[in-house]
Amino acid sequence: MAITEVEIHTRTLRARNIRFRFWRPGPFVFLLPTLASIGAIAIYRVLLGLWLSLRDTTLASPTDNFIGLGNYSQIFSDSQFWNAWIHTIQFTAASTLLETLFGLMMALILAEQFRGRGLVRAAMLVPWAIPTVVTSKMFGWLFDGQNGIVNYLLRVVGLIQHNIHWIGSPDFALTTIIIADVWKTTPFMALLLLAGLQTIPGSLAEASVIDGANPWQHFWYVRLPLLTPTLLIASMFRALDAFRIFDLVYVLTGGGPADATEVLSTLTYKQLFSALQVGYGSALATIMFITEIVIAAIFGVFLLRKMREVGQ
Amino acid sequence: MNKMEISQQKSQQGFKFPSRGRVLIYLSALVIVCWSVGPFLWQMSTSLQPDNQLLSSPPHLFPYPITIEHFVNIFVGKSFHRYLVNSVIVTVATTFLCLLFGSIAAYALARLDIRGRFRILGFILGVSMFPQIAIVGPLYVLGTNFGWLDTYRVLIVIYLALGLPLVTWVLFGYFRSIPQSIDEAARIDGARPLAIYFRIILPMSLPAVVTTGMLCFIAAWNEFMFALAFTSDINHQTVPVGIANFTGLHYVPWGDIAAASVVVTLPLVIMVLVFQQHIISGLTGGAVKE
Repeated sequence: MAITEVEIHTRTLRARNIRFRFWRPGPFVFLLPTLASIGAIAIYRVLLGLWLSLRDTTLASPTDNFIGLGNYSQIFSDSQFWNAWIHTIQFTAASTLLETLFGLMMALILAEQFRGRGLVRAAMLVPWAIPTVVTSKMFGWLFDGQNGIVNYLLRVVGLIQHNIHWIGSPDFALTTIIIADVWKTTPFMALLLLAGLQTIPGSLAEASVIDGANPWQHFWYVRLPLLTPTLLIASMFRALDAFRIFDLVYVLTGGGPADATEVLSTLTYKQLFSALQVGYGSALATIMFITEIVIAAIFGVFLLRKMREVGQ
Repeated sequence: MNKMEISQQKSQQGFKFPSRGRVLIYLSALVIVCWSVGPFLWQMSTSLQPDNQLLSSPPHLFPYPITIEHFVNIFVGKSFHRYLVNSVIVTVATTFLCLLFGSIAAYALARLDIRGRFRILGFILGVSMFPQIAIVGPLYVLGTNFGWLDTYRVLIVIYLALGLPLVTWVLFGYFRSIPQSIDEAARIDGARPLAIYFRIILPMSLPAVVTTGMLCFIAAWNEFMFALAFTSDINHQTVPVGIANFTGLHYVPWGDIAAASVVVTLPLVIMVLVFQQHIISGLTGGAVKE
């Protein structure tokens, strides 16, 4: 009874709403502050960046002309760009792969019932909450070439004879950055995957037990296929994020030694703020932006195909 | 049925691991905890050791004797409190505005009659995936023209735009889960949407709003690139920029760096540990139930 009365009342109210919509501010007004800030800061700036990338603007001299795709052709013949490009791809591939793999392992452990599980989960949030700048400095100290504790531990275990100059040598610097990133992001990845794992009904595990499957078979044939969409989405976000890595590299190595860890973000930043090449830097940023879209599109295709498979 | 029985039944659903398997699980859990917390504990230990111990081999795992010279150094010698004040001003203002704008937008998208709400949400999510390096150059040009370099407001405005997508998304999910009948009852009493939002929906959603605010706070507190680009003096530089600039003339002051790290991170870590339940469900869209 009461429900129908409410319904009638809301209906008349809605009808009145429609009649007066032309002078009443619609609910769209509530969206305005959010959309305006996002539009002014993000959208408009990206378009302005596109425009700047077609000009030879620098802040060092008053030149400011339209040069078409001149910046882009210059970039593609720039060995510094290709150097940074390769490092960025290496970093993105390695960190995404390792973080997904380790994250999955952690998630599988946390999906089991054991005492103190909440404590483990809380501890896993610590690396995520630490500012990236602090992480960089922390790993700078952990992997210090002379007094770093990592070198000490490796020596004690007997894996190395002499100290390794992790950050100071071109061979190890990128590896150190990857390790730092894996440390910082894997636990978070694990929590995302754990959320996915927990949506898989427990009755499926029961069914597997009845059918005589062992835990490994249950993982491989039941859980993994069901988890694949979550895995794809999580690793996509991770890859997009890894591709624009800046803080870790900038603070830990500054792109060195001898450009061995230069990535696209740090190169772009240096072009913009050290060389003051606004046009050239904007073209670099635009190339990064386009690559991000390509990465998202590749994952999107896989995801669509997977979802279609599940649907059939 | 009491709790014990329920949990027993739950564990019977899955695989029963032999005791060897259980030992393996506990061992892996221990490894995860050490891996996650270890580096920060070492940083804490470092911050309490005198320089001659830090530069000696083998390293001392536990600080003995304990010294606070590094904490004194950063506040007296390097005016670290200035960075802290700047960070607090920028971060608190950002969080407040983000929650104000973002929660109203989320409320409208979740509970009012808006055409194409999922298209708008998709648009907002898409913006959050922009590489930030793509907007730093154009924004810098704008900042120079407006004379906004070295101000708090330039950082607040940028962080606001970067934080809004997250706030809108998380709160949208939460507001959707509140039964619609509550709004309708209020509407019958003649309440306008804004009044419904402030008097009913917001107070009901306080836990979610607090959690979202914390996510926003952490993101703004930790941001580095924009702060580095837009501020150049100690009157406006935030903590991450301050720490990044900690370099000695002849050697790296690891002890001071560690002390600064502990000062800026300990509050975050404590906050995260206290609110961990809410943070996890906020970040994963409420999929983790326990």
